[in-house]
Amino acid sequence: MTTVQERETIAIQFAEKMNEDELLNCMRCGFCLPHCPTYIESGLKESHSPRGRIALMKAVADGVIEPDRDVERSLSLCLGCRACEPVCPSGVKYGHLLEEARDIIHQNKKHSFPVKTIRKAVFSGLFPHQERMQTMTSLLGFYQKSGLQYMARKTGVLNMLPDNLAAMEKVLPKVPKKAEMKNRPTELPAIGTPLKKVAFFSGCLMDTMFLETNKATLKLLQLAGCEILIPKSQACCGALHGHSGEKAGAKQLAKRNIEAFETEEVDYIITNAGGCGAFLIDYDHLLQDEPEWHDRAISFKNKLKDISQILVDLRFQEKVRLKLPAQTVTFQDSCHLRNVMNTSSAPRILLQSIEGIDFREMKDADRCCGSAGIYNIVESEMSMNILDSKMEHTKSTQADIVVTANPGCLLQMQLGIERENLGECTKAVHIADLLIKAVAL
Amino acid sequence: MLTKQVKQLLLAIVGQENYDDSKVECLVHSYDATPGFQALPDAVIKPGSTAEVAAIVKVCNEYNVPIVPRGSGTNLSGGTCPTEGGIVLLFNRMNSLLEIDEENLTTTVQPGLITLDLISAVEEKGLFYPPDPSSMKISTIGGNINENSGGLRGLKYGVTRDYVIGLEVVLPNGDIIRTGGKLAKDVAGYDLTKLFVGSEGTLGIVTEATLKLIPMPETTKTMLALYQDLDAAAQSVAKIISNKIIPVTLEFLDRPTLIVVEDFAKIGLPTNVEAVLLIEQDGPPEVVERDMKRMADICLEEKAVSVEIAETESDAVALKTARRTALSALARLKPTTILEDATVPRSEIAKMVRAINEIADKHNVDICTFGHAGDGNLHPTCITDARDHEEMERVELAFADIFAAAIDLGGTITGEHGVGAMKAPYLEWKLKKEGIDAMRAIKQAFDPNNIMNPGKVFAKETRKRVVVSS
Repeated sequence: MTTVQERETIAIQFAEKMNEDELLNCMRCGFCLPHCPTYIESGLKESHSPRGRIALMKAVADGVIEPDRDVERSLSLCLGCRACEPVCPSGVKYGHLLEEARDIIHQNKKHSFPVKTIRKAVFSGLFPHQERMQTMTSLLGFYQKSGLQYMARKTGVLNMLPDNLAAMEKVLPKVPKKAEMKNRPTELPAIGTPLKKVAFFSGCLMDTMFLETNKATLKLLQLAGCEILIPKSQACCGALHGHSGEKAGAKQLAKRNIEAFETEEVDYIITNAGGCGAFLIDYDHLLQDEPEWHDRAISFKNKLKDISQILVDLRFQEKVRLKLPAQTVTFQDSCHLRNVMNTSSAPRILLQSIEGIDFREMKDADRCCGSAGIYNIVESEMSMNILDSKMEHTKSTQADIVVTANPGCLLQMQLGIERENLGECTKAVHIADLLIKAVAL
Repeated sequence: MLTKQVKQLLLAIVGQENYDDSKVECLVHSYDATPGFQALPDAVIKPGSTAEVAAIVKVCNEYNVPIVPRGSGTNLSGGTCPTEGGIVLLFNRMNSLLEIDEENLTTTVQPGLITLDLISAVEEKGLFYPPDPSSMKISTIGGNINENSGGLRGLKYGVTRDYVIGLEVVLPNGDIIRTGGKLAKDVAGYDLTKLFVGSEGTLGIVTEATLKLIPMPETTKTMLALYQDLDAAAQSVAKIISNKIIPVTLEFLDRPTLIVVEDFAKIGLPTNVEAVLLIEQDGPPEVVERDMKRMADICLEEKAVSVEIAETESDAVALKTARRTALSALARLKPTTILEDATVPRSEIAKMVRAINEIADKHNVDICTFGHAGDGNLHPTCITDARDHEEMERVELAFADIFAAAIDLGGTITGEHGVGAMKAPYLEWKLKKEGIDAMRAIKQAFDPNNIMNPGKVFAKETRKRVVVSS
């Protein structure tokens, strides 16, 4: 809840900071509506649609309504999947509007003490510090390996957690050893003729909890003919901050990353997490008010590519034989990879090149799975409704493997599989992990 | 503001979960797709049945509360903007496809059904529902009926009116009537079905509709004719029709429209020509083949620089889908897009295109033109900025001139978007005082308390017509 005074400040800042041109650019045609997961899941509620949310932002900026609890509710229920952007004929940058609005609300709102403590710990204490991410992940590893996990599951302690948190505990991957997370290479040679020089964006979660996926990604890049640099001073991309109304924190991380990557002369900067990639590619927008950074952000973003895209560009799938035992595979788009990085055909081309695989497109593969950063924890009811619809479509493909291209989607799809009791026959994997298995070495 | 008493009565009908008067819910139902119109309703209500609609209407009629029925809010004439407050009625809970009758070739639906969902469902059975407004992915059948929506296939197949053969309507006094039926012929009394189609929610509330279906055409072919001269494109339209060919679609897009649509859709539309015609024909393969060839020849005779036939079905769909985004894509150029749909007899289309360009020059405004050329129904769209009041005045003057020019050519002020609130001040130009009086008498007979979508169709004041063209 916000106080009267907080609402006043929020309203003033909406009028000052929200991009009026962008708000006016929405001409309310409604072409976004059928693509918005929360509009659909809420039973076609206009207040949970992009058109409705933009109207609300504009109404607050124009002083027509107060930023009351319902306005905040409408904005916080948005997944931020940005599926409305590629279908918007007018080209409204909805994601930018949403981020600005959330930033204004969160910066002016007094959070309750526990919420404030958690936000501070996560946004300032944990994610910006890779060594702490490693420690945190190791603690999880201790939990998994020490018998604590076994005990916790056995004794039913986990039943005290909300349903989806308990299920989420189950789907976390087995984490690597701390020493392994610490001793990461800083450069790797191409295997075969070097074709391109690339820098790899490791990502905070990807380089800890999903270290295996990062290893697979690097190997694929080497096999595709890339010399790889992995700048040590890089940091978390800042997406979690940006999407949660912590813009200042996101900017600091953005600057660290721009500095870390501009010292090296490379052709591309490669990511393997759609969520990170989409945030990195928006650095120029994030830093638009800082002239000394804006151009540097543009040359940074121009080099960004997702792993699947560079593999296809270098015709990896034609040069390396890819083969797996017979199985059915489907692909769940990462919203940010598709809607922001504009990459959707490359992963499909790669998967269809694997011999032995029966690739079946699921209905609405381009619709969000409901993971959306920490959305599945803070908005679990909506998230689980969206996931249930997603699992219906997944099941009708009868896939053995659900391939994803982002860690959040991966965990969410695995969670969906657990909730449907399909763990025996189906699993979710990152595309890099599947491809490396398919490489006949 | 609704009184406590009215609120209690309405709550008793639909229940707490289907009644919302929060500021947020009212705000997001304060607009449709028409620029410059916004007004807050007092409450938003979702009835679940015809009986609930009737009960709501009775309360509103007794207490003089305006009712605005709303589909998905894609209206382009301010018709679904609650300009006089009251309640907005939503049909999210009345959105079923009740029946597809393959023996009578009809379908019966509830008003909240999305147009494209209906089209897809009947096509699965080899049947065809032709009206395809550009917003069909979003719009509802109830909205289409109230606005008598057109679409890209109007030239050959007509508009929504031509497919509505029966209605269930709740009248403003709460009576429930059924008009027409699954009948090929029916002259039992006045044709109320057709009266309600296009009545813009001012006479009653459609709660169920029976629609005519036709067999799915065997094949479809699509082509683009490219022109370096707007006039030549417009001449081709007239010549195709005077050669006794009626294609399904005959759409016109000028160069600025082509540029923005290509910018969005990225399907390789030509952006270096002055205009294109998007032409489609359907039917038995040999007929389609013959008509396409003849139309291509006519276009080339009329100085088309080239004619390109879509090679695949997906190319053809991409072209039509791109065309449907034209209006919204124009918003890429400037924040406010104001479009009109003045319509003239087909033979006058070239004169109308010329008149539009002269008017744009005269008032120094940017007008892009696209539209259903084959229907004589153009969409001159002014790209402007609502914050620039001086320019907005010139835009207003330009549109008044366009209406006048259309009427002088034997045309009308709106072909398919409706009068709504936006064109009400111009309606008398087309109908004359006697015409308006006749319509008012009908309105008065059905809705003496003026609760149904008040402020629409009939203007408080008619705009003065300045004689502009000789």
